[in-house]
Parts: sequence; C-alpha cells; structure tokens
Amino acid sequence: MPKRSARTTSARTTSARTGSAETVATSPEAVASRLAASRYLADESLATAIFLAIRLGKPLLLEGAPGVGKTEAAKAIADLLGRDLVRLQCYEGIDAAHALYEWNYQRQLLAIRHAGEHEIDIYDDRFLIARPLLQVLKAPEKRVLLVDEIDRSDHEFEALLLEFLSDFQISIPERGTIRATAQPIVILTSNRTRELAEALRRRCVYHWITYPDAEREAAIIMLRAGDVAQATARAVASAVRDIRARPLAKPPGIAEAVEWANAATILEKGGSPWPEAFRRAIGVLIKDEEDLSYIAPELGRIVEEALA
Amino acid sequence: MSATALPQAAAPLLGFGRLLRHFGFPVAPEQVSGFMQAVTLLGPRSMNDIHEAALATLAPPPDRRDEFEAHFQSHFYGSTAAVVEGDSDEETRIKDDGGASDEASEVVRQEEGGELASSAERLSARDFQRDGDGLTAFRRKLSAALPARRSFRTVRTHARGKLDLRRSLREIVSADGDIPSPLLRRRQIVPRKLLMLIDVSGSMKLHTSGYLKLAHAAVQGADRAEIFTFGTRLTRITSALRIRDRDQALARVAALVDDWDGGTRMGPTLLAFLSVPRFSAFARGAMVVILSDALERGDHAELEMAMRRLSARAFRLTLATPLAGDPRFQPATSALRAILPVLDDLVDGSSIAGLTEFILSLARPAPAAAAIWKRVS
Repeated sequence: MPKRSARTTSARTTSARTGSAETVATSPEAVASRLAASRYLADESLATAIFLAIRLGKPLLLEGAPGVGKTEAAKAIADLLGRDLVRLQCYEGIDAAHALYEWNYQRQLLAIRHAGEHEIDIYDDRFLIARPLLQVLKAPEKRVLLVDEIDRSDHEFEALLLEFLSDFQISIPERGTIRATAQPIVILTSNRTRELAEALRRRCVYHWITYPDAEREAAIIMLRAGDVAQATARAVASAVRDIRARPLAKPPGIAEAVEWANAATILEKGGSPWPEAFRRAIGVLIKDEEDLSYIAPELGRIVEEALA
Repeated sequence: MSATALPQAAAPLLGFGRLLRHFGFPVAPEQVSGFMQAVTLLGPRSMNDIHEAALATLAPPPDRRDEFEAHFQSHFYGSTAAVVEGDSDEETRIKDDGGASDEASEVVRQEEGGELASSAERLSARDFQRDGDGLTAFRRKLSAALPARRSFRTVRTHARGKLDLRRSLREIVSADGDIPSPLLRRRQIVPRKLLMLIDVSGSMKLHTSGYLKLAHAAVQGADRAEIFTFGTRLTRITSALRIRDRDQALARVAALVDDWDGGTRMGPTLLAFLSVPRFSAFARGAMVVILSDALERGDHAELEMAMRRLSARAFRLTLATPLAGDPRFQPATSALRAILPVLDDLVDGSSIAGLTEFILSLARPAPAAAAIWKRVS
C-alpha cells in the first residue's frame, strides 16, 4: 500500500510540472477525440484502455492479429501526449545490450590510449550508449516506450522486461542504479504467436484489438487514404470485411485496405470502370499467391455486393 | 486490505474477481485492486464503464472471452441463466472440469469438449506396455541429431569467432591496461524444433501406442519438441508428455485426448492447427513429422491446402505412414498424390525402430519425397 501511494503522488507531481498526462486524459471520450486528432480512430473500448493505462500508471498491453493497428495506436498515443516514441523491436535473441545500455568500447579504448599517463573515467556518460529502455528512463516526461512484438523475444527477455516494468529502474554495475523520476508510459504489443507470461499480463492494462467494424473502417480509410470518395471507402470496408471472414492464410490488415482503396481510385482515374478497378488492384490487398487463387473466383461477386 | 474496510458498493467488484478465480481465470490481487481503481477513475457512469474496466484490468484471454462475458452478465446483472444457457463448448467444459485440479485444467485447455469421465472409462482398456524398444538410446541421441541453425545469441569461444569487445575491455581494465589475449565469441548453434502430429483415428489404432511412446521419448530428449494428436479434434499433449515417468505420462495423455479411435478429419484439424498463431509458430523453421496414413475421406482439397501451408512454414515436412511398410506400397491415393509434391519425405511408419532411425537422420539432406517415389514407381 505505501508503495502505491508513493507512486501516485510522484505521478501527480510530474503531471503538474509538465501539465500533460493527466490533463490530456480527463475521460475516455477526451482520449478518443484526441486520438482522432492524431488520425487514429479508436473504438470506445480501446480509448478506455488507453485512458486507464495513462491514469493508473500501468503499461498498456495490446494484443491482436497482424495489421489491426497496434503499432499505429502506440504512435497515436505518443502523439496525443506530445512525446517522442522510442520503439524497441523485439526478436529472438534480443538481450540486455540491445534493450538497456551498452558501453562504447571502441571509444573507451581510444580514450585510454589517448589519455596516456592521465587518469580517465572510462565509465563516463559519453561512453554510455543508451538503448530504448534507458532512453525512456532518462526522460520519462518526454518519451513513450513501445515494446513491439514482444511475443518474438525469448522468455528470458520477458523476465528482464518484467523487472523493468515493475520498478522502472536499471542497474548499471559501473554506475549504480538509475531510477525514473516519473512513471514512464509504456506500450507493449503482441501478435499472440505465443502465450505471454501471466506475470506480465497481470501487470498491464490489457486490450485485445479486433478488426474495426465496416463503418469505422470506412472512416479510417477516408482519414488515411489520400483522395478517396466516401462511396469507395464504404465499398472497400464492406468487401474487406467479407474477405476477412474467409479462411485465408493472411487476412488483409487495415493498412492493406487503405492501400486497396487508394490503388482502385488511381486505376479508376486511369480509365478502368469501377468493379474492374477493384479487381485489378487486388494485389495490394492480398499478398499471398494461394489466397489470391482462392479468392479470385468469388472476388467479382464480393465487390459487386459491396458496391451495391 | 480487508473486505470490511471497503465501502459496500465495492463488494461486487471484489466478488467478481473471486468468481473468475473460481472458474479458473488467473486473476491476481493487484488486478482486482487495479479493477477497483479503474472503476473509480471512470466514474462509473454506467455498467458499460464497469465492463470496460473489467476487460482492461482483469485481462481475460481472448479465447475465453465469451465465457468471461457470461460470468460478467451473471454476476452484475444477476441473470444466472447466462452461464447455464451459454451454448459454447467452453462453458460446458468448465462445468465438467469443476472438480479437476488446477494443473489438470491448465493442460486440458485446448480443443476439449467435456465428457472427460466417459472417455477415461473407455480408455482404461488400453494399456501401454513397457518394452525396451531402443527408445532410451533414441532419447539420448536425439538432441545432438536434430538439424541445427545459428541463433542470434552469442557464446564464448576460444577459437574461430569474432572479437568480444565487451569482455575483452573488462579484461583490459582489470589488467590495468595490459592487453591479454583477446576474447572471442561466436553465434550459438541451436537445434531446430521438432513438431510431431500424431493421428489417433481408428485406422491407426495399431500404431498409436507405439507413436505415443516415441513422442514421449522425443519430448524427454529434445530441447524443444511439441506433440499434438489429431483425429476429429486437435489436442496438444506436450505438457502431459513432459512427465518423466512414461506410464504416468501416457495415462495422462489417455485422459486428455477425446477422439481416440474415431474418424479422421485430417485436413480440417491441420487447418485448425495452423489457424492458432501460437501453434503455427511451433511449425516455423521446425522439423514437422506427421504420423498418419493420410486416408482422408471425401474431398482432400483442405488437406492439400493445409499441407502446403505447413510445408511453407516448416524446415522439413515428413509424412510417416504405416502403409509404406508394405513393399508393394505406392502413393497412389488421390490425397497422397496431391500432397506428395510438398512433402520433403514420405517414409515408412510401421515400425518404431525404423522411425527412430529416420528421425535421427533428419539432419542429413535427402532427395525430395516426390523424386524418390517417382523412381520407385
């Protein structure tokens, strides 16, 4: 109990100083409208999760299929808070030297040689390369940390991250412990290719992102695509929804839908009539030969239904 | 934090956490307190706020979301009917599992649909005899025999490596600037994963017990092995096979699998396997060994698609069929002919000795299955 109250007070003093996190997130609706201003349309549930993560001072864990906009959500959150996004892309074998800090050994060696007889502190700041976690720790009010695709990393890295997320501190043997002056905002994303540790899920505010409904997707297409008519966006949204319901190896994501709307519009301006333009632009929507041959016979019908 | 110190309105929130825990959701105390904080933060202006707060803080796994909704309905709206009438498979399963231990229910989580008691009864007739069939030797040799790949991790080495600046510099500093011999590191070599999919349908009845023993030896011997059974359903049995004692492990498997000696729906179950991202990640870059006669009833289009996708993910895709034990065997059925081009190996699965020998030879390159069987025919 005392730990938590200490944490909330420190968060409060921070927001008073910067005037950002708590004033920005006054309610889920305020979060949603600010996200929309950063060109990200969140549904009510996601906006609530983001609001809670900011106000409770917990990391936000976003899970969902590839292409539903997890990383985009993180970018929008950083934008909404007016902070820089520091992205840590996970992969198998990622370790402390990639995530926390690393010494610049080449410079250290040079400095030792250059110093000659003089004394030199080779663990000075200028030899320290801050990796994403340390970068965020140093300026929690200016940066938002995105740990992307955490399901790709190994269990050991998850454990390391767990330690970081619970105390927000990093120990460097040569320098001592560096502690965050305020609670940093952290977003984790996962494609759920493997189950994450319970301890990690427990510590976070959780949200499972699904594909948006047709109406919202049409709005997203209008917002993101360059020059697309409302009717086109609607048709694309409804056709993509139809296509996703089929057993494809790689269901199209939102970005692909936007691209499809763009490509079809360009083709239409180049002289292809409507249903034909959609059919010819299918390569930007479905990028798997097998899926293409699966969907090809039905595509005409899907597009016509969507256009109706 | 005792329940009496809380305002009365908070009691249902606390109770909801307890209810979820009772039904096997992992809910930690800090999640419940987070839930209450979240509800306070949101107002709450409506029941919807409480619902959103519960979703965000209690983090139900996506595959149990429907069940979670039903519990939410029944707890906060008092409609007990929601839980009883919820017609999804998982709800019935939970009720059957009520008396089972935590450990067991965790293992049973995959595609399972109730009636554990009756299937155990039927299965008590099966016995997995102990015999020295060379599986101990197989277990010992396996991890070294699997093909390897280079990992992104590095290990220390004394020869043939790149300079390890981090350690070298430390050495130099501790030696007051003297430069001792440089320290080296190189990328680690890790064995590939082994994924076995075992057909437990009626037509494979003679062989399943032997295959499961083999699978047990594989799980015990290899660093990363995953075993699934399929018939009309798909069941992950890896965790059951991790038990060291073979008889115990196999008894656990017997209770776990519901579709012994039934029909086969090979195509659909393999597609189901691929559609779960967590499972299909097992197949990526792995040695995939399917132990089945591939006798698919009816249309084999789904089987073909599933095999093509598997082979695109796998490092090497093998079909071991007991039918190939017959010297006159030809891949002549239309299903086999269709999948032959995507197979790396089509081998004899009729004897355990032959299979162990084959699995131990997986690291050595071999001509594609289609080339071998064309030559024979």
